[in-house]
Amino acid sequence: MKIVTGKTSIIIGANGCGKSTLLKTIARVLKPQSGCVILDGQDIAKTKTKQVAQKLGLLPQGPVTPEGLTVKELVSQGRYPHQSFLRQWSRADEEAVCQAMQICDVAALADALIDNLSGGQRQRCWIAMVLAQQTDFILLDEPTTFLDLKVQIDLMRLLVKLVNENNRTLVMVLHDLNLAAAFADRLIMLKAGQVLHHGPVDQVFCAENIKQIFDLDVEIMLDPRSQRPLCLPHLHLPTTPHFVQAV
Amino acid sequence: MNTSTLVLKQSSKKYQWAMALLYCAVSVLFLAHLAIGAKALTIEQLLAAFSAFDRNNFDHIIIWNIRLPRALIAISVGASLAVAGAIMQGVTKNPLASPSILGLLAGAAFAIVVALGWFGIDSPLYTPWIAALGASSAALLVGFIAHAAPGGATPHNLTLAGAAVSAFLAAIVTVFQLSNEDDFDDLREWLSGSLAGNNIEVVIAIAPWMILAMLAAILLSNKITLLAMGDETAKGLGLSTTRLKIQLMLTVVMLTACSVAMAGPVGFIGLVIPHISRFFIGADYRKVIPFSALLGACFLLGVDIIARVVISPAEISTGIATAIIGAPIFVYLIKAKLA
Repeated sequence: MKIVTGKTSIIIGANGCGKSTLLKTIARVLKPQSGCVILDGQDIAKTKTKQVAQKLGLLPQGPVTPEGLTVKELVSQGRYPHQSFLRQWSRADEEAVCQAMQICDVAALADALIDNLSGGQRQRCWIAMVLAQQTDFILLDEPTTFLDLKVQIDLMRLLVKLVNENNRTLVMVLHDLNLAAAFADRLIMLKAGQVLHHGPVDQVFCAENIKQIFDLDVEIMLDPRSQRPLCLPHLHLPTTPHFVQAV
Repeated sequence: MNTSTLVLKQSSKKYQWAMALLYCAVSVLFLAHLAIGAKALTIEQLLAAFSAFDRNNFDHIIIWNIRLPRALIAISVGASLAVAGAIMQGVTKNPLASPSILGLLAGAAFAIVVALGWFGIDSPLYTPWIAALGASSAALLVGFIAHAAPGGATPHNLTLAGAAVSAFLAAIVTVFQLSNEDDFDDLREWLSGSLAGNNIEVVIAIAPWMILAMLAAILLSNKITLLAMGDETAKGLGLSTTRLKIQLMLTVVMLTACSVAMAGPVGFIGLVIPHISRFFIGADYRKVIPFSALLGACFLLGVDIIARVVISPAEISTGIATAIIGAPIFVYLIKAKLA
């Protein structure tokens, strides 16, 4: 499997099929039982982890924020891979942190405590932390979980903008099929630990593939506004008479 | 620069002011600690003892042989235990983690009691290493028990296992004590945590190891913040979490062991001081570690002054005084946080 650079790839699949495991393996948090992850021609397991962190950032699922950390302190942690004993906080670090906070629209909250923020603001801070890392690749594990629909959409638009404007490569795990189909360039479809389909959304996001992956009958339609594919599951409900009347 | 950088500069200025204030507090309390006691001394007498030491002057002898070692021990033990507690709370993401609650103090004390009771070893050249062996064994045992419990080494299980191991080791020490009252008479006071009865040689023998461990803690402090953000985040940022945890574990064991070798098991500092520090300066461990060190030194110096004054000319054991003063502070903090 190859991750296409400069695109958003989204991993989808049923619960427990290994979506997060795949993402964590790509991020070298887990060691593969067989095979390897190649980044810029080098085996990621044999490269210095700090060097990898200069090219590849990770936002884990439901990250924990230590109590009492401010937004700016959190975002600053993203600079760790660029620092060393001799090279402490520099101007480049300061600029990267300010820029990341501005892109994620949290610059005004710089001195606020993370504990006091809403779920959406908090997640934007974490994304700013990964952005401050200034990596070509960004991996995100379910970045939209537990957020309101509007916040989910805003967040996804922010992420896709990064790919388009800053030429980053995004790989993320998402639960929501329609959100994935709407914002992905490419989909990676997993079942029981195997990548069954991998390709551009319009080629792989079809009723047969979704039936195969999720064992769910769906109708694929096009969103009239965005022309992105949508899936509507067959609900198998008895048609309610008064609902028919109302329509 | 925009407003956000301005704000950060203000907050780091606040930290620098707080640190400067703490440095002053340590100096003042240090002098007060030397001057206050069964026989009160003036600042002139103190200065004379340092500038023009007279071996026939009884006051000078008191200062050099009794009060100076005691004040230095208060500073080093207070700083070491506070930093050990701060590191443990950061690494385990457990607000209750501290050398006393996770069994390290009891383990170190147990090892020293065994070494003295059975082998007659009490030289300050060896006690830190014996205490380190005891502290790390107890920590590993606690980790092992918590790991084997249902749910694994969660903060909850670690705390329970730590309490069990501490209670068990304390019980065995009590059995030793009761079965051999003459030999253990000297140890009784030490076992409740005491800064008294040490000479300057003890400080000179043990303090270098503490300074080394303290430097390690300061060098590793930026990485503790990453670790407190979760293992996956830390690994994603390019941190070798296993190696760091081993380095931090060794640092904590060394700080705790040296403290116990100097002053016996002094509780509460490792638990309370990191909380107060984070309350004031947040969760960035580059600030928490130095701040905790100074605050811990202040706290133990202050407590030891009170312990010597309240029922003068007798004195309360320091370990007991830290709990008497520390417990209400802790309860107040919990209430303040809930409010």
